Amino acid sequence: MCLAVPGKIIEIFDEASLKMGRIDYDGTINKACLEYVPEAEIGQYALVHAGFAISVLNEEEAQKSLAAWQELQEKMGAR
Amino acid sequence: MKDEVSPGYPHALAKQEAVTLAHGSGGKFSAELIERFMLPRFANEHLNRLEDQATLALSTNRIAFSTDSYVVSPLFFPGGDIGDLAVNGTVNDVAMAGARPLYLSLALIIEEGLPFSDLERILDSIKRAAEQAGVAIVTGDTKVVERGSCDKIFINTSGIGILADNVRLGAERIEVGDKIIISGTLADHGMTILTSRNKLSFENSLTSDTAPLADLVQAMLQAAPNLHALRDPTRGGVAMTMNEFAQKSGLGFALNEEALPINGMVLAACEILGIDPLYVANEGKLIAVVRQDEADELLAAMRSHPQGEKAAIIGEVTNKNPGLVTLTTLLGATRVVDVPVAEQLPRIC
Amino acid sequence: MKYLSEFRDPSLAKALLAEIHSTVTQPWTLMEVCGGQTHAIVRSGIDQLLPPSLRLVHGPGCPVCVTPIAFIDKAINLAAHPEIILTTFGDMMRVPGSAGNLLEAKGRGADVRMVYSVLEAVTLAQEYPERQIVFFGVGFETTAPGNAMAILQARRLGLENFTILACHVLVPPALRALLDNPENRVDGYLAAGNVCTIMGLDEYQQIVDEYQVPIVATGLEPVDILAGILEAVRQLEKGEYQLENEYKRSVTATGNLHARKVIDQVFRRCNRTWRGIGLLPQSGLAIRDQFTAFDAEQKFQLQAAEETDNGCLAGQVLQGLLNPTECPYFGSRCKPEHPLGATMVSGEGACAAYYKYQGLIMKDEE
Repeated sequence: MCLAVPGKIIEIFDEASLKMGRIDYDGTINKACLEYVPEAEIGQYALVHAGFAISVLNEEEAQKSLAAWQELQEKMGAR
Repeated sequence: MKDEVSPGYPHALAKQEAVTLAHGSGGKFSAELIERFMLPRFANEHLNRLEDQATLALSTNRIAFSTDSYVVSPLFFPGGDIGDLAVNGTVNDVAMAGARPLYLSLALIIEEGLPFSDLERILDSIKRAAEQAGVAIVTGDTKVVERGSCDKIFINTSGIGILADNVRLGAERIEVGDKIIISGTLADHGMTILTSRNKLSFENSLTSDTAPLADLVQAMLQAAPNLHALRDPTRGGVAMTMNEFAQKSGLGFALNEEALPINGMVLAACEILGIDPLYVANEGKLIAVVRQDEADELLAAMRSHPQGEKAAIIGEVTNKNPGLVTLTTLLGATRVVDVPVAEQLPRIC
Repeated sequence: MKYLSEFRDPSLAKALLAEIHSTVTQPWTLMEVCGGQTHAIVRSGIDQLLPPSLRLVHGPGCPVCVTPIAFIDKAINLAAHPEIILTTFGDMMRVPGSAGNLLEAKGRGADVRMVYSVLEAVTLAQEYPERQIVFFGVGFETTAPGNAMAILQARRLGLENFTILACHVLVPPALRALLDNPENRVDGYLAAGNVCTIMGLDEYQQIVDEYQVPIVATGLEPVDILAGILEAVRQLEKGEYQLENEYKRSVTATGNLHARKVIDQVFRRCNRTWRGIGLLPQSGLAIRDQFTAFDAEQKFQLQAAEETDNGCLAGQVLQGLLNPTECPYFGSRCKPEHPLGATMVSGEGACAAYYKYQGLIMKDEE
């Protein structure tokens, strides 16, 4: 369940007392509610589900995961 | 089916700046409609005669003839409107036979209350699109129906084009080994419409690709004598078109996911709405099936044409999985691309 | 870093696949709980590329599939009232109720409108003060926070014409029900990463401790899922059972505390009947009494017809007891154009995924 897509926060604004963001998905721009990620900042990537940001993506963790899998790739290559 | 009453209607009607039932009744008001809106835009030797039919002399007895009706909502969207679709759609259907489109008929069914300003905007688009496509509107009809009987305006266009003797395209010519080429990026039109319908969440960053392809087709015929078949992937997208070819030819159509050209922002819109781009309508693209030894030359010819700059080879015809369309995924697995059942709806799950 | 293409990288995927192949020495069965995972697996072809001894079964994580028929009937009944605008996600439009679906109801004149976000429904309530706006709120824990926020917002705006027909379901009780079933043959589980993004991992740690099975939280991209599968088989081969988080870029141990707080504020746990599975205690979310003004079930007199059994075996599919292709009606009495049940309709229902991406039979001529 739960189609969620990562997008870059390019603007944060208030709409009817709700914290909202303009989110840039590779050129397509959409609004999302940022109430659940109050610490979010412009330039960060949010994971958005049905118009709500459910997390701010952690770049460090993403890099760590990718690095671990890339190590596997190198190990394969070395065999 | 209307989601909402167009805000312009009552106001425009009150100020007598809208289409009324009288305009469709065949009398004085109908004549006024033609004189005021149609003739100034579409004047040509045929239409100006104001007969019930156009009499045409054609240079060949091989003609391509197509008809299509246009009911899109919203009427106006980034990149075009219903008028553009009405011209380009039928021009392209005719062009897919390898024919040179010449004449169109134009039939309008208008819901009473459509503001003149909307009508004029659409007619202006039709005029512009017809000029760009090199076709003349030679006969037409206008009907007006009661409020609620149609969704603002429905348009039908039928088109005639002439075929050179040596041009014979069709699924029956497709052979094993043929390459499959698409003239540009997928899903632009359908995703523009989907996101335009939802202005509450989406900014309109997408643009419809509606365009006439007749000129591209002529360039392609020059470059590849063994072009076997053409089709434009409109409703149902590339998936529908490929399945039609597969079923008609009885051969297997193997596509390569990596090779599918798609704009980043269109793909992003597909991701957000949970839509598969293979099933989304295109209005300015065509798919060509060509004998493999002419594929590279055809591709080069397409890429040097404005309507084919992003053309790409997306697959080939095989004798594996006959009658089916398959896709080799990014991971290298092969899955079936099924016939679309119904229009894709956005999803959150 | 754009967080998409990196996690779809074919060469990374192939490396993970190769490692899975060299890790597996005996047959294992894994269940991916989330319908989104099912969809991603079948769409990318992961299931075809895994070692033949590694079996994937598909779980009940498709909220559309498990929404009881009664709720769909209620939504259709509400939509038929001229003063009501029934708003819904697109997912629910074609799911069969007792007598047709929402799309057909729209064709008969009901004012049914698809929205991308529940906040659009709140905006509609402001734009149409003379109409009653009802939002059909279906979904797991990932979708609940949005709906909770909509209710708080409606209250803040003083709206009297906005309600939610709420039918939320929770993953852990369903997982427990599967694990309690003596017919269960699943060795390890891939948990839904976006659900865990909201709820954190506590409940899953409890399940791992009680049932002694490995659970790995994964994202929805092919590389994410393969990484999760690799972790699960590594544990199984070593005879271990742990909770592992393979979606650390989004999931933390405590999840999204803001969202969890608001869910608790607006919703309470309740018993819920899952379509095809049956009643699972404390497996759903219902709107709390203090927000009753925004509860469509309380505001409107709703009746549901008796559920009729048309023989659909979706319940077995949802519990991983039956593969869609093993169902006697698959591809014959039951197809996307005339589905017997929700799993053939939903974008991420297992039956629909198999039908769409694998066709009926693929013959290899070579």
